[in-house]
Amino acid sequence: MPGKLKVKIVAGRHLPVMDRASDLTDAFVEVKFGNTTFKTDVYHKSLNPQWNSEWFKFEVDDEDLQDEPLQITVLDHDTYSANDAIGKVYIDIDPLLYSEAATVISGWFPIYDTIHGIRGEINVVVKVDLFNDLNRFRQSSCGVKFFCTTSIPKCYRAVIIHGFVEELVVNEDPEYQWIDRIRTPRASNEARQRLISLMSGELQRKIGLKVLEMRGNAVVGYLQCFDLEGESGLVVRAIGTACTLDKLSSTAAFLPACNSPSKEMKESPLVHPPSHGCRSTHNSPIHTATGSRLTQNFSVSVPTLIYTGMGSGSAGKEGGPFKALLRQQTQSALEQRGGSPHRFCRSREFPFFTLTAFPPGFLVHVGGVVSARSVKLLDRIHNPAFVGIMGNTRSYKLLDWNSFNSDEPETRDAWWAEIRQEIKSHAKALGCHAVVGYSESTSICEEVCILSASGTAAVLNPRFLQDGTVEGCLEQRLEENLPAGCGFCHIPYDELNMPFPAHLTYCYSCRKQKVPDVLFTTIDLPADATVIGKGCLIQARLCRLKKKAQAEANATAISNLLPFMEYEVHTQLMNKLKLKGMNALFGLRIQITVGENMLMGLASATGVYLTALPTPGGIQIAGKTPNDGSYEQHISHMQKKINDTIAKNKELYEINPPEIPEEIIGSPIPEPRQRSRLLRSQSESSDEVIELDLSHGKKDAFVLEIDDTDAMEDVHSLLTDVPPPSGFYSCNTEIMPGINNWTSEIQMFTSVRVSRLSNINLTNQTLNKNFNDLCENLLKSLYFKLRSMIPCCLCHVNFTVSLPEDELIQVTVTAVAITFDKHQAVQTTKTQVEKSSQRASIDNEELLQFPLELCTDTLASHPFSSAKAMPVEKASPLTEGHFRQRSAPACANSTVGVVKMTPLSFIPGAKITKYLGIINMFFIRETTSLREEGGVSGFLHAFIAEVFAMVRAHVAALGGNAVVSYIMKQCVFMENPNKNQAQCLINVSGDAVIFVRESELEIISTQQPIASCQPACSGGEIAT
Amino acid sequence: MTNELDIFVGNTTLIDEDVYRLWLDGYSVSDAVGLRVRSGILEQTGATAGVLQSDTMDHYRTFHMLERLLHTPPKLLHQLVFQIPPSRQALLIERYYAFDEAFVREVLGKKLSKGTKKDLDNISAKTGVTLKSCRRQFDNFKRVFKVVEEMRGSLAGNIQQHFLLSDRLARDYAAVVFFANNRFETGKKKLQYLTFGDLAFCAELMIQNWTPGAVADSQLDDMDVDLDKEFLQDLKELKVLVADKDLLDLHKSLVCTALRGKLSVFAEMEANFKNLSRGLVNIASKLTHTKDVRDLFVDLVEKFIEPCRSDRWPLNDVRLFLNQYSASVHSLDGFRHQTLWDRYMVTLRSCLLRMYHD
Repeated sequence: MPGKLKVKIVAGRHLPVMDRASDLTDAFVEVKFGNTTFKTDVYHKSLNPQWNSEWFKFEVDDEDLQDEPLQITVLDHDTYSANDAIGKVYIDIDPLLYSEAATVISGWFPIYDTIHGIRGEINVVVKVDLFNDLNRFRQSSCGVKFFCTTSIPKCYRAVIIHGFVEELVVNEDPEYQWIDRIRTPRASNEARQRLISLMSGELQRKIGLKVLEMRGNAVVGYLQCFDLEGESGLVVRAIGTACTLDKLSSTAAFLPACNSPSKEMKESPLVHPPSHGCRSTHNSPIHTATGSRLTQNFSVSVPTLIYTGMGSGSAGKEGGPFKALLRQQTQSALEQRGGSPHRFCRSREFPFFTLTAFPPGFLVHVGGVVSARSVKLLDRIHNPAFVGIMGNTRSYKLLDWNSFNSDEPETRDAWWAEIRQEIKSHAKALGCHAVVGYSESTSICEEVCILSASGTAAVLNPRFLQDGTVEGCLEQRLEENLPAGCGFCHIPYDELNMPFPAHLTYCYSCRKQKVPDVLFTTIDLPADATVIGKGCLIQARLCRLKKKAQAEANATAISNLLPFMEYEVHTQLMNKLKLKGMNALFGLRIQITVGENMLMGLASATGVYLTALPTPGGIQIAGKTPNDGSYEQHISHMQKKINDTIAKNKELYEINPPEIPEEIIGSPIPEPRQRSRLLRSQSESSDEVIELDLSHGKKDAFVLEIDDTDAMEDVHSLLTDVPPPSGFYSCNTEIMPGINNWTSEIQMFTSVRVSRLSNINLTNQTLNKNFNDLCENLLKSLYFKLRSMIPCCLCHVNFTVSLPEDELIQVTVTAVAITFDKHQAVQTTKTQVEKSSQRASIDNEELLQFPLELCTDTLASHPFSSAKAMPVEKASPLTEGHFRQRSAPACANSTVGVVKMTPLSFIPGAKITKYLGIINMFFIRETTSLREEGGVSGFLHAFIAEVFAMVRAHVAALGGNAVVSYIMKQCVFMENPNKNQAQCLINVSGDAVIFVRESELEIISTQQPIASCQPACSGGEIAT
Repeated sequence: MTNELDIFVGNTTLIDEDVYRLWLDGYSVSDAVGLRVRSGILEQTGATAGVLQSDTMDHYRTFHMLERLLHTPPKLLHQLVFQIPPSRQALLIERYYAFDEAFVREVLGKKLSKGTKKDLDNISAKTGVTLKSCRRQFDNFKRVFKVVEEMRGSLAGNIQQHFLLSDRLARDYAAVVFFANNRFETGKKKLQYLTFGDLAFCAELMIQNWTPGAVADSQLDDMDVDLDKEFLQDLKELKVLVADKDLLDLHKSLVCTALRGKLSVFAEMEANFKNLSRGLVNIASKLTHTKDVRDLFVDLVEKFIEPCRSDRWPLNDVRLFLNQYSASVHSLDGFRHQTLWDRYMVTLRSCLLRMYHD
């Protein structure tokens, strides 16, 4: 009996009219937790009832506290007939369960109905008293903190990063139960919402238990997903990285980041070891070059990818031998690497990390992207236990799939384990003992499911890992003088034994180690990486038609298509990267979506020019029939176009790598290293213009052969990508390399497009073109819409593709637009140089903030004022004059505090002072009057706006003023215009935080050294 | 390939002022796109027509969703669905409630009823304001009217409080409500020269001085919408000023003595004094009849402004005359209703001066 939950219902407002006769409502509230329900009195005839109820007290297990949501239902009392439901509020009380987060949830929550949307608001206060010491419980994991953020949260430092945690829970989908035929859509939706809420609670608790077992106290990079498998059930699965986090003392957290020496004193010796101990180490032997041009850093080489395993049933047997063969291969690869020095990781089952940014020194080398996919046939989850339980109880008994393992060996868990094993062996093949930036996803169409996992093979510094051995630490000493910023590019694999043909050169920064000519990763750009110019969003888009087929035949068809798609996506990425004149991709995310009659591939990444890697060669077009004169001419014309584009792009992204004079090769202590360190993030190029060719003439080896019309199309599509309009940049990583002077003006948005393909002559080419146009037009629209924010960068651009129906393609984009200050750049460079020399001595809480910290000195004064002044200036010149002064009193009574939302882990120009807990919400909205609600666009627009509103309301109720690491994980939209119906499911998550503006921070810190965390949500500073 | 669904939702709701104006002006999406294309936005931004179409649709959809809230502006402030900075909220409200001069002159003083609403297509044709925009403006008038009609306290204050309008706009609405409630005739041809500003000016003065709320001690019955019945009744007493021949002559001689040599139109004034005075006093004494209240502005123009204008009185002479005309009454010993006279004349004088133009 370890907890008491207390709930008070204060008031309601803006309730809908439920009684047509009086145009009023007789509202009362039911408060339900677990099996217990309380009711308020009926507040008669009011749309703004004041219940001011007593405290409803629930005495509950902490296990239930973690699993169950608090359910608040607002009803209209009716004397003669059944009471009508107005709507519901689900409150996840998890944030109240750990001491450092929120202490009370109090505020106005939108009352939500799955049919009508938001119908007024209700003011609720929720508190929890926990009786016993948290850590003694077995079944609950109350003390464990969860973060969606995929880096070490700002006001914490990582003591130990334990590693991968995963869990999955399966249940029958209420929408597919027999009872669904007789219950109302509302009841069905609510059953689903509630079930998923329960399942996520349970999942989180179980993950928490695993973390406690590992002796951690937090999960970072927590990613929870739903698989709506239809008939076969509902899977909720989550992955994350277990860590032991230490809260930084509030004084340190509040100190504005500056170069004062006092700051360094405050750092604990663990984060910041007394010398250079944690700098790049290098474990692999010396390499010599061999070169070829294909699939560098991309261990998803085609053959190892094919998995014909098709779930349970006969198909599985067919696939058996093949699978076994592959297993053998990977096994042998594993053995080969047996002699590698990374034995310390052996004990860990899956050395995976969902983080994408790391404390300094954590990441030693990056091998490349590893990914694995597998096609499975979904099978109905049959178990007699289900029926019995569903039939007679009020709540859905959750079934942990694992507990049925004995009956059915082919389970979801086993599927994932298989994939992870594959990833692990890919990483091994790359000479890496770990995978970072790891993520998992699925794509389901009818009964076929593609499971995908990807990450970046890496060598990590064992010091941060729990079981780091002395061995690892000793190695560090060997090469401690390696310059920062290039170490991670050095190949971790054995050159003589390369897993794939690669083209190696000596590192352009240190000249000591080998680097590949191109680097692909799924992580963010490391803070200490040296980059020239700016980055840009690079996308590869691909469609492949597939015959409609059933079950095994379908799965086989998909399996056969997958490797070709991977290959083409990779080729496209490579071509586009070269076209941009860049040599590395960060944040790579490849999504393969399966539909009835096609497969879609969409890869997004941020291209950059890493100084450590060689200058990319151009793209050379070669024709196959050289005799034809006009053909030759055509080729040369194309070649010219491509060369022009490359030159233009280099200019656009300010890629002017400092050319390194030849005589420097071989000099033992190369001087340019110093210079290039100073030049990091600066766009100026040095004066030397002597071409250096380390690759011995192979530099331009990237040859595109135009041997048929397909290839011709490819070249054409290469050239159709239009760069964003001037003043706009875009990337899918946290921050844009080369921009570091953000203002506080941010705008997070979600944009959805559904396109219908014309049925006639669907070929791969037209499909590709359509898909390409869809994405390009969407981007163009975004640039147009956000033009008032120029100069601006779209960060963390996240595209998701789904195929809801035969001829429909749905593209969903979530991103944040951040305005930056163009003129600031020049001024900051000085600070930056200063800063970069101190880079080695920067504590981890600043790790990701370098664009912020760089600006503090200069930014504090004018850029903020200018940023704030901007919206005012933009207001209408006409009416502004007289209404502004008038409107001030009128709007002063606005009670709605501003809540910022961003997919990034930070807020520009502000410091996060407190993490209040994870936000993880699932909503269903359905309508039977689609036309009346403005058609599909009107329906979805309103729903997404409502979802934002509910997220903001929950954050505000926790006392927060922002959501960071916000992500819309799912947006499933189904329509039936003939029946005037539509349904949509949305799942979002993020971290609720309190932030304080850096400009205000100084005031606070001078006034009260040990700061209280007050939300800085004054009305004045909203980004428009 | 066609877009079935195309939406953009920002955490902060994006408001494009230009598109908002087009929407308020009642243009359809395609017309609005056409107008935007003509404004040269494509060249400025390098966007395509398709982008513009999608953007316009999106803004229109947002405005459509906001419209429900704009009907009760305090709801816009407290709602949670659209996060809009306060300055933008104010702009949305202010623009939504702004009205066209041409339109307001057509409906000013008319009953805000279904009948008038049916007539809006004629007004639309006449004024060139789109029917959609006419409807919005008409509905705004009606909505504001309904809310404040029965309310105590300052009319403009009530409007400002319930609709969060700027001071200026709230006072304009007060005039509209006041005119609609008293059904003053403003549509006659001879009144066409009067601007909404002129009439609003008069309305404000009348609200200040001629309603029950104007009397300091009548806090209990502080109504700004209706004229003070008692006051109108009392105005009958002024009749003596023209009915009593001696009083009229005395009044005339006082005014003439004071103004001799000061007016360029002295002779005309002297000749017309009795007519003018009779006109002004008769207007006062007839205000007990609803019909005559409605014709107040017609009468003022017919009985005073037109005669003066036909004699080409300069504005300054009108001012001198009216000042002297009202002031001289205080020297009439036999006249006992000095306060009443002032309450009537102070307002009337300002109104007439404002209305005296071409």
